Formats: sequence, C-alpha cells, structure tokens
Amino acid sequence: MGIATLAAVSGNVDILGYGLAALGPAIAMGLMTAKALESTARQPEVAGQLRTLMLLGIAFVEVLALLAFVLCFVK
Amino acid sequence: MVSFVGLTTASGLMHLASAKQPDYPTIEDFLPKPALFAGTPFAINRIILIRIILTVVILVVLGLTASHAKLIPSRWQSVVEYGLDFVRESIVYDVIGKERGKRYVSTITTIFFSIFIFNLGAVIPFANMAATATICAPLVFALWSVYNYWAAGIRAHGLGGFLREELFPAGIPWPIYILLAPINLIEITLIRPFSLTVRLFANMLSGHLLVGMCLAATQFFFIETNTKIFAPFGVLTLAGGMFMTCFEIFVAGLQAYIFSILTASYISMSLGEEEEEEDKKVSQAAQPAAQLAAVSA
Repeated sequence: MGIATLAAVSGNVDILGYGLAALGPAIAMGLMTAKALESTARQPEVAGQLRTLMLLGIAFVEVLALLAFVLCFVK
Repeated sequence: MVSFVGLTTASGLMHLASAKQPDYPTIEDFLPKPALFAGTPFAINRIILIRIILTVVILVVLGLTASHAKLIPSRWQSVVEYGLDFVRESIVYDVIGKERGKRYVSTITTIFFSIFIFNLGAVIPFANMAATATICAPLVFALWSVYNYWAAGIRAHGLGGFLREELFPAGIPWPIYILLAPINLIEITLIRPFSLTVRLFANMLSGHLLVGMCLAATQFFFIETNTKIFAPFGVLTLAGGMFMTCFEIFVAGLQAYIFSILTASYISMSLGEEEEEEDKKVSQAAQPAAQLAAVSA
C-alpha cells in the first residue's frame, strides 16, 4: 500500500481512535472483574460489598472509554 | 417494530424512497426541532416533552401508591417498597452508614428513581429516547449531587475544615501538597460532576444509537432492498436489536444505581471518618454492663 493509498483512507476515522481509547479501560475492567470474582470465590460472605466496590471501580474506568466516545462527536 | 417506526419518522421519511444504505440514527436525533411553543423562550422539543411526561408519571404513580398504602401491601405496593428499601438499605445505609445516612435517604431515593425512569424512556415505544440522553438532565442531577456533598462537608466540618480535609489529606509529606491540593480542588469542583454527567449521558446516547442502528439495518435488509438475499442478515440484526433493547433496560438500572451510589459515597467522603460505629459498639458494650448494674442494685 503506497502513501497515496494511505492518504486516501476516508470515512469515519474516529472509530479507530475510539477503538484505541477503549483498549485501556477494557483491560482495566477485565482485571477488576477478575479480581472481584477471585475474591468472591475466596470469601463468599463479603460478595455484596465486593460487588459494590467493583461496580464503583468500573464506573470510574468506564468514564475513560465514554469520554472518547463523546469526543468522537466533537468536531 | 413499533419503536422502529418512531425512529424513521423522527429522522425523516425521504430517505425511504431512494435508500442505498440503512437509515442509521444520527446525532440529529438528540437535537430535535421544537414541537410546542416554538419561537418563545419556553420552546419544548420532543426530549423535553418526554422528560415532562415521565416526571408526571413518576409523581402520579408514586403518589397514588403512597396514598393507597396499606399495612398488608398489595402486589404493586410491595414492588415499590422493594425499590425504596433497596435504595435505603443497600445504597444509603451501606455506604454512608445508618445514623448519618438517614438525612440523605430522600435525596438519593429521588435521584435513583428519577434517573431510572428517565433512562427507561429509551425503551418505551413512541418515546424511544432516554430523557437523560441530552446533556442537561444529567448535568442537573450532577449539580444536585455536588450541592449535596459540599453541603454535607460544610455542615460536618465548616467550610475551612471541609476544604482542609479534602485538599490536604493527612499523612502526606508537605511538598506533595503543592501538587495534590490543586488536583483535589479540581476534583471536587469539576471532575466529579463532569464524570457523573458524561457517564450517564454517554451511556444513554450510545444505547440509543446501538438500538437504532440494529433496527434501521433490519428495516433496510427486510424492506428497503430489492434483493431478498440479505434477509438472513436482517434476522441477525433484528435479534441484535432485541438484545440491545434488553441490554438498555439493564443499563438503565445500572446507571441509576451507579449514579446514586457515587453520590452517596461522595457525601460519605465529605462527612469524613465514620464515628457512629464505634459509638454503637461502646453503647452496645455498655448496655449489658448497665443492665447488670441495674440488676445488682
């Protein structure tokens, strides 16, 4: 693919940016859920608290991906 | 399919005649033309109308339930009571604590139920739009949350004490404060409301776009194309649309839960360390002793 072809790539390029921006939060959410599951398996009696804490953490991480999503629309 | 009819009429029927590609929802869906009182400062568009109707629905339904409340609850009353109980026990009391949390039960219950019903607008036929899908409704809720945690902090420690606690947390070497104090100030004034707003708003926006995209593609594959080769894709997108609709209902509840639990935890952070727990333990420990004393006396 020559440089001319590369320059001609058009369409909604924002999507690529969003894909990149979603990578970090995706890894973070996966880690968080995995850890919460692991802790729940170790100590099932605090499952409720762990779930709340996990959702809180996910809410903070989620903002990063959503920011990128909103910025797609800002021209 | 009902919800889909609303979508297409909202974004214009003229595409139907010469459709080369599905009539995907655009950002224009969130900026509808004024429907009532156009030209006056009270111009009301579709989304504001949905907001008003849903507010009335919440007030009427909860008001009627409350005025007909009985000791032995009817089926509907027990559903509402379960919701109220859930917010009180597992959001407010769990996060803020029982003694300190009493004061905030009504606020957080209001936030939870309003946001939940507003979000459900996304899946109500003919509305097809979450009332929280434009930035202003989440912003109002977020500002209310800001007011609440500032007021809680100021009430507990005074303005100076609250700022000192938030900006200069104890146990950190002093040079760090040069960095930390401005960051914390921005956090409690801007970042918290901004993140609350964006989280709710963007979730609802993306949900609407996804449902709309699936159903628009279904319409395209089934009806608008001349060749029927693509009908299997239509089945796929229709199933996707149904799945996304169910997912929207889940997200509506989840976002209401997250918004209210974050508000509760911000209030709890402003209030500082919980002291009631130890008081309770002391009083519980003291009680048998007092009883013993009373018996022996």
